[in-house]
Amino acid sequence: MDALDVARWQFGVTTVYHFLFVPLTIGLSILVAILQTLWHRTGNERYLKLTRFYGKLFLINFAMGVVTGIVQEFQFGMNWSDYSRFVGDIFGAPLAIEALVAFFLESTFIGLWIFGWDRLPKRLHLASIWVAAIGSNLSAYFILAANSFMQNPVGYRINPDTGRAELTDFLAVLTNKVALITFPHTIAGSFLVAGSLMLTVGLWHLMRNRDSADTDAYRFATRLGGWTVMISTALVLITGDIQGKIMTQVQPMKMAAAEGLYTTESPASFSVLTIGSLDGSREIFAIKIPYLLSYLGTGDPNGTVHGINDLQAQYASQYGPGSYTPIIPVTYWSFRLMIGFGLAAAAIALLVLWTQRQGRTPTNRWLLRAGLILPILPLLANSFGWIFTEMGRQPWIVFGEMLTRDGVSRSVSLTEVLTSFTAFTLVYATLAVIECKLLIRYARAGVPDLTPTPEPDDTDDTERPLAFAY
Amino acid sequence: MDLTTIWFLLVAVLFTGYFILEGFDFGVGMLLPVLGRDDRERRVLINTIGPVWDGNEVWLITAGGAMFAAFPEWYATLFSGFYLPLLLILLALIARGVAFEYRHKRPEATWKRRWDTAIFCGSLLPAILWGVAFANILRGVPLDADHEYVGGLLNLLNPYALLGAATTAALFGTHGALFIALKTTGDIRHRAGALAVKLGLATTVATAAFLTWTLTIRASAAAVVLALGATLALLGALAAARVRREGWAFTGTALAIGLTVATLFAALFPNVLPSTGDPAGTLTATNAASTPYTLKIMTWVAVVFTPVVLAYQGWTYWVFRKRIGVANIPQH
Ligand code: HDD
Ligand code: HEM
Ligand code: HEM
Repeated sequence: MDALDVARWQFGVTTVYHFLFVPLTIGLSILVAILQTLWHRTGNERYLKLTRFYGKLFLINFAMGVVTGIVQEFQFGMNWSDYSRFVGDIFGAPLAIEALVAFFLESTFIGLWIFGWDRLPKRLHLASIWVAAIGSNLSAYFILAANSFMQNPVGYRINPDTGRAELTDFLAVLTNKVALITFPHTIAGSFLVAGSLMLTVGLWHLMRNRDSADTDAYRFATRLGGWTVMISTALVLITGDIQGKIMTQVQPMKMAAAEGLYTTESPASFSVLTIGSLDGSREIFAIKIPYLLSYLGTGDPNGTVHGINDLQAQYASQYGPGSYTPIIPVTYWSFRLMIGFGLAAAAIALLVLWTQRQGRTPTNRWLLRAGLILPILPLLANSFGWIFTEMGRQPWIVFGEMLTRDGVSRSVSLTEVLTSFTAFTLVYATLAVIECKLLIRYARAGVPDLTPTPEPDDTDDTERPLAFAY
Repeated sequence: MDLTTIWFLLVAVLFTGYFILEGFDFGVGMLLPVLGRDDRERRVLINTIGPVWDGNEVWLITAGGAMFAAFPEWYATLFSGFYLPLLLILLALIARGVAFEYRHKRPEATWKRRWDTAIFCGSLLPAILWGVAFANILRGVPLDADHEYVGGLLNLLNPYALLGAATTAALFGTHGALFIALKTTGDIRHRAGALAVKLGLATTVATAAFLTWTLTIRASAAAVVLALGATLALLGALAAARVRREGWAFTGTALAIGLTVATLFAALFPNVLPSTGDPAGTLTATNAASTPYTLKIMTWVAVVFTPVVLAYQGWTYWVFRKRIGVANIPQH
């Protein structure tokens, strides 16, 4: 074990952890904004109750997203300083813009929304959750543009004197075709998580206390969540399909690795499941769909998909001797688990929607059990999606330009990285337990009773309690 | 003025803004066990910064991002070189940020007490460590010709850096006390005002000593003027605090923090991280900078968006301008 391995583990662990909270922030902020808008438009109190209820769950999650995000930003300098030197000219810009344009919006307007119930006129208060939600979604674009540069570097040149990458066309970086398609895929995946959570919590209350005064509200939440899942699944599939084609163009090795396809095939069949060794030498059992891989990768059922062996030979002659193949079992399985968990979530949501048709209330206990695990599935799908994307890029940190092992900090010792990796893992594990318990506690508590929100009042000497206080 | 100088100034401005704004957040957190005698009082203190602390922290994220974009070599060397202090700062910011949000989520006294500890430590630790970090930036650290840090942890804990740590902690403490005096009513307000006067005296001594020492290490005409300004602002703050003019006193500490940070940057320029090892390792605003093309784009982005950010953040402070007291804290 050396500092490089630990730095990689730390990046993987902290980033996947960060991305457990990110999808909920992205999706739930918009869903809560929609609920509050419905209240604003109709005056129906069930929407206000739902806004406050899901708003609370959203905020418990948001706090974790913020604090784990700060680690991400500083980690590049701490553990990946040679990478930072190499790409800083290009990579720093979207990061700085993200902070200036998106994070300020997000954090400031969330503060206004949390504490502003009795401070802001209703319209402005509604506007603040929308602004915060848009800020979150905007932040995703910039960070994904930065990440896409690592997958498919564009708009740059290598300075022959310094050996560093230099920006030549910023617009090209922002309109990287990988970024343009990764963004909708990631956002759709985020809504899949948010919709699932909304559905699960609604369903639980709906099935628990059948005839409470709030049944109506829970029924609405379950349906809104269910439809969100259905729509985002469709979008995830469409965008994922396009992503596959772009990936085949710009990172053919990643597509071959996703399939464990060793020899170039035309037409190529898609392996649903292979049992045996994934190095292509022994196949015990395999389910294959003919033509599908060719279609996924190229859009043509007879198209050619390059195999790992050919690509490895090609890269070795292009970049010098060495292995340019990612770890195949990781890419093969993470790709399948991404798709599988995502589709499983959609199936459960569809079932719940079906049992609720025409105002019926579902009663089946198994349905409730399936409903309760629902939010975990798209979270897993998202994690595996990222693990696939990032592990499929290996051994490159910037595809075709810099190897991961050359990006690590030279001045940081193994002890130091181990210290930070251990510290983050312990702190993150503790916080995960605390956060889960809180989420469950507040999800069980159900929608709040409404106390009227007083009109804004700025005089200093009122003794009136604040509408919200930490 | 060339682009690298402009970006040196912008990074300085971002850190100045960060320390002025999060300075009082840190101060409030540090004073939580001192000024908050019971749960309701502690809640008053936390709620003075409740709506704004997250926005204040984004100044740091933006400063970090700006450093990465404009001076990648500086960002890379600094953050990999100051590894352990930075790790502690990150852990502190995590604990503190979660604590604000989670503290009131359960009624048990032990639950609250634990988060109070997190807020206290999470505020004190960065207040100290930022002093250590910036003092070392100014003093210089051992770098090799490739700009890699070659010192150890102990290298960072020199007497000058420790004085810097005391200075930032004291400055933020006083700043926080005055912020509390400005934002609360009743008994807390008076206790905070009285504490600010006591703390203010020690702060003035520490800051003056630190700035003097700074100017003996590295100085420029601008740095001398700024250091004098910082000391005068602190004396003014102290005088205003004595007669309970909280608004003026708080303006004074805000200025003092701003001018202290400005002094450090002015003394540093044109270097951004001097090397005490191989002289070729010294990072300057020129050799650490990005290309003119990147800097030009970033300048446009900064010119367009910074005023917008300032406007809505300022507006937030206006929305939450009301003082709060124990009576305003809801039962749960
Ligand atoms: C697709 C979206 C996405 C991705 C790939 C990442 N993040 Fe993130 N990040 C967000 C989407 C997001 C967000 C939705 O905007 C968050 C989550 C919760 C929140 O408060 O904002 C956030 C928070 C967040 C924060 C705190 C902002 C604040 O204080 O308000 C920082 C500094 C970062 N992130 C930085 C990063 C870095 C350096 C990443 C790369 C490794 C990264 N994030 C991956
Ligand atoms: C813009 C955002 C991102 C950037 C710039 C980025 C960059 C990186 C870098 C620098 C590494 C370390 C080098 C390496 O090992 O490859 C890495 C690895 C990794 N990242 Fe990302 N990443 C981003 C987003 C994400 C997200 C959101 C996830 C998942 C939630 C993720 C998951 C991983 C994983 C699993 C690894 C592999 C760790 C390993 O090396 O074993 N990444 N990425
Ligand atoms: C059949 C459906 C799907 C297909 C064909 C598909 C395809 C892809 C592909 C090709 C990538 C890699 C992109 C790249 O590296 O450039 C990817 C990444 C990813 N996928 Fe999917 N995906 C599908 C379903 C899902 C589902 C259901 C989710 C989540 C709920 C999901 C979440 C992700 C995430 C988070 C990434 C990493 C970020 C990114 O590069 O966009 N995917 N997906």
